[in-house]
Amino acid sequence: MFAEDIYTLSLPYREDMAIKGYRFGKGEQSACIVGPMRGNGVQQMYICAKLVKALKELEAKGCICSGKEIMVIPVVNSYSMNIGMRFFGVEAADISRQFPGREWGDTAERIAAAVFNRIKDYSFGIQLTSFHTAGDSVPHIRMIENGYQNASLANLFGLPFVVVRKPRPIDTKTLNYNWQNRKTAAFSLYTNSNEAVDEESAKQSEAAILRFLTRMGMIRYESHSGYISHVLTQEDLTDVNTMCGGIFRRKARVGHEVRYGDAMAEIIDPYKGNAKETILAPTDGIVFFAHSESLIAEGDVAYQLVHRLHE
Amino acid sequence: MVKTVFSIGLSTGENLVIKKNRLEGEGLQGKGRRVAIVSGIHGDELEGQYVCYEVIRRVKEKPEYLEGILDVYPALNPIGITVADRMIPKLEKDLNRMFPGSGQGAAFERAAAAIIQDLEGASLCIDVHASSRFVKEIPQVRICEEFADKLIPYARHMNVDMVWTNATETVHESTLAHSMNVKGVPTLVVEMGLGMRINRSYGKQVVDGIFSLLYEMGIWKKEPHGIQYPVLSTDGEVEFIRAECSGMFIPAIEHSHFVKRGDKIGEIITPIEGRTEKEIIAGKDGLVFTLREYPMVSKGALLARILTDIRPKRTREEE
Repeated sequence: MFAEDIYTLSLPYREDMAIKGYRFGKGEQSACIVGPMRGNGVQQMYICAKLVKALKELEAKGCICSGKEIMVIPVVNSYSMNIGMRFFGVEAADISRQFPGREWGDTAERIAAAVFNRIKDYSFGIQLTSFHTAGDSVPHIRMIENGYQNASLANLFGLPFVVVRKPRPIDTKTLNYNWQNRKTAAFSLYTNSNEAVDEESAKQSEAAILRFLTRMGMIRYESHSGYISHVLTQEDLTDVNTMCGGIFRRKARVGHEVRYGDAMAEIIDPYKGNAKETILAPTDGIVFFAHSESLIAEGDVAYQLVHRLHE
Repeated sequence: MVKTVFSIGLSTGENLVIKKNRLEGEGLQGKGRRVAIVSGIHGDELEGQYVCYEVIRRVKEKPEYLEGILDVYPALNPIGITVADRMIPKLEKDLNRMFPGSGQGAAFERAAAAIIQDLEGASLCIDVHASSRFVKEIPQVRICEEFADKLIPYARHMNVDMVWTNATETVHESTLAHSMNVKGVPTLVVEMGLGMRINRSYGKQVVDGIFSLLYEMGIWKKEPHGIQYPVLSTDGEVEFIRAECSGMFIPAIEHSHFVKRGDKIGEIITPIEGRTEKEIIAGKDGLVFTLREYPMVSKGALLARILTDIRPKRTREEE
């Protein structure tokens, strides 16, 4: 294992923020795994840290394939991680929306540029990321449809789902989109947690990445074959919106199947305690995403269902 | 008349309500050319509050001059304004990156869609912003190059100091202005002042400009005087000056002043060492139209923007 400083930023009254990369093996730039760019991605940082540990052990056993180099960047935004902020700096910039960055741009753009310039030539890019909206989701791989995506490769992670979606204007500033534009096969891995460590899901994500690296001939590692992923588009997901706001009492669980008309949740009146609304499943399907906070507003997405899919 | 544009229930005994005030000329009954003034997309940008107030006050004072419809939306992100949050509180999302929205989406996606629907059909929309809390701006109109030919003739009458074509951020594709321009409603983005503050002088200048534009459009009968024409960014070049080290920025000049090449703009200091880390020197002559107000900077932070190689401004009378 070789540790390198990808970018160092000095800050008044704080120690320098160093973005560290850990390299394993020698040879062509094969795979790069990037951790959270927001200060609340604790689960994503934990998964990266577990990968560094696992790859270090594999390297010691001679299990990194010859001529292959793997890089892990466990955390990009340690500045925010240490102070419980989601975004970067006094200007609260979202580093994950600054790619490909600009070397002479503002601070967040420079961080993005430094990271991107270092990792842009890897053949495979895996980013551990999170939804902007608070909620739990089934672990899955997400890809942006920009003509360079390859859902068959995403299948090799062995996670239950692969989601391919059309880019929105704001996506053009993400790492995934810019990696794909430079012909890196890029994948975003979503787990069912964000701010808190979830051991089970972290283990599943770590295994999925090691499985992918094995199948792409970068490491020698025996692992379970995982799932044959179900490939979805955004249109296969049905939003279940609330009709009113209140206290959200969740019944349906992520990854579980619901039938048309099943009671998925209740909205409780925060003053009187009665159920203002019972959210019913609008279709048969599997719960892909569930709102995780205790309060919910009218019109919010309480769930997303994989339409007409059974366990 | 104050009307509700959009309303949706929050979790605990309150609705999120977006309102507008409709002012219309006598006898129009909803028919006639309509101009919309919107503000408060970012909750920490308050300059538009004075602009909305002053526009409504002047129309109420002389309602006989109004020959069209004026819709004024002071607070598109009302909950953000109450807590001085640029983003939508709790969601931490930028409303001005959610347009055109979706009628079937989450609460603020629906709000964005409802705002667009309400603005459709207007002859003109003016989206009033302030700067961030970090840098101070002169009154300016920002427009996207894609729509420049259509928008510059409107922007000239806005009595601002500058029209900046091809500026980033506020003319991004997911913004209200871009969505409206795509829909064929000419939309100007006004920027001025500083976040979390109201500068009455800048506000008055922009309000004078709004009435000048309304006059040119035949919606306001009283002819304006003393309206200045802005410099165009395309006449010169915008030079960005950024911090090349971290520390505290102490400006050596006033905002909105001309500097000459070699003039000192400020310095970045390290207080605990009593040391000047870097002197910031102007590389070209020009107008400092942006100047940092928030002292703490990290490497790359914007310190100033200078519009170089520009012509002097002219007033309407001189033209």
